[in-house]
Amino acid sequence: MTAPGTYTWQRFSARERMARFVVFFGFAVALSVSLRTVEVIPEFLWDSPTQIMDLLKRMWPLDYAYYPGGIHQALMETLHIASLGTLLALVLAIPVGVMGANNIVRVPLLNWLAKLILVSSRSVNTLVWALLFVAVFGPGALAGTVCIGFRSVGFVGKLFAEALEEADPGPIEALTAAGAPWTSIFLKGFWPQVAPAFWGIALFRWDINVRESAVIGLVGAGGIGMVLDTALNLFHWDRVSVILLSIFAVVIIAELLVTNIRKRII
Amino acid sequence: MTIEAYTKPDGQPERSLRLEHLVKEYTPGKPVLRDISFEVRGHSSVAIIGPSGTGKSTLIRCVNKLIRPTSGKIYVSGEEITRLSGRELRHARRKIGMVFQEFNLVERLSVMENVLCGRLGYVSSLRAWWRKYPPGDINKAFALLESIGLEDFVQQRADSLSGGQRQRVGIARAIMQEPHVLLADEPTSSLDPKTSVEIMELLVHLSAEHRIPLIINIHDVELAKRFTSRVIGISQGVIVYDGPPAELSNEHLKVIYGGEDWLR
Repeated sequence: MTAPGTYTWQRFSARERMARFVVFFGFAVALSVSLRTVEVIPEFLWDSPTQIMDLLKRMWPLDYAYYPGGIHQALMETLHIASLGTLLALVLAIPVGVMGANNIVRVPLLNWLAKLILVSSRSVNTLVWALLFVAVFGPGALAGTVCIGFRSVGFVGKLFAEALEEADPGPIEALTAAGAPWTSIFLKGFWPQVAPAFWGIALFRWDINVRESAVIGLVGAGGIGMVLDTALNLFHWDRVSVILLSIFAVVIIAELLVTNIRKRII
Repeated sequence: MTIEAYTKPDGQPERSLRLEHLVKEYTPGKPVLRDISFEVRGHSSVAIIGPSGTGKSTLIRCVNKLIRPTSGKIYVSGEEITRLSGRELRHARRKIGMVFQEFNLVERLSVMENVLCGRLGYVSSLRAWWRKYPPGDINKAFALLESIGLEDFVQQRADSLSGGQRQRVGIARAIMQEPHVLLADEPTSSLDPKTSVEIMELLVHLSAEHRIPLIINIHDVELAKRFTSRVIGISQGVIVYDGPPAELSNEHLKVIYGGEDWLR
């Protein structure tokens, strides 16, 4: 018992203070080790502002004349890759998402299989998927579309499965009690509840895919990335700047479009 | 069009529900319901009363096998449904209408679509998907909505309705099944006292009009006594009272709920 007026209070116990110190110390060690591994060459680091200025000078003035002949078609191809890829992802994600939702498919093995498919789709980077499908289909838009589709299945499927699992069980119970077959229960019980989430996810993924499909051309999977790759290799910096500007413009337009449509459906 | 236009002609066998020695154990050796037997037929309405957690909800859900009973037999209009599964069970469930405490409507669908959900056991998924319900079903739905005073809300979304209106839609959905028995699980517990009375009136009225036996789980003993023709009191999984509401005395209520201080 402490006498009145002699209370002491500390936010952390001695043990917790020790633990916090160990964690901070660990961070400091990790930071210094990684700095040594990166091997920053000071001369190159100090030189970088000059290099950036040089690059900007080469990029200026922009070669706008290159847009109609060289960029426009590739940019449209990029949009097509993104849209078709998203569509492919939606078609694949619905069955996999349903299989992954444990309140619809009550077979743990199938839930687990669906999760495996979704995780493997997500754990492989878009560029790696692109390299794979370029090897399968050869360079071009087809490889890009399938790549975008496969990469997006994991994202759309996971979020779709989660939306299904969060659906209110009340209406489902009511339709079951009415003797509805499970396809009808899905169409009239689950789907109306998850439809806004589903379209929201689809739009969000399309937005991401517009950006990703601009990059995958670097490894030959079609679209504006291939044009960018060529311009970079030939040191046509004035063309590179126009390409970057058009990608930027398209991404902004996609973003505005998606935000607007989302507002309407939710 | 009136409701009478589609009630079945006279001479058909009386609709009924019979439970024989129904037992439900969630964990073996600890029965929630032990040996429940009763029969309801014609257009009689039965209130099931009893303390919370005594298995009233379980009892109602055992009837249509939303919860699988451990043992005992269930007959709907003479057909034994306990052993059924798959398609046969679905077809048996069409004969059992159910009304819920939280209404359990599909919030984002219109009133009409919610009412038509009562036909999902009869209509193929493809027709339901394309919203091509048989004209007879549409007529029934309109007539029913008119008779419960919701004809102006046909195209409104269910989530725009008040609690009482939602429960009416829930009841219409159950009646659309043309059930042989109507189960109501605490249909008034989410509603104010005035609306509760209206909902009880509607349930009893529709049950009598369509000659569907009605079974209501209810907390409110006064409402039960006022609207039903028979009261079944359950305590600790056993029927401790089964008789007309007029004979339900304070002594019985003591047995059902335990204690007596709450009875003034």
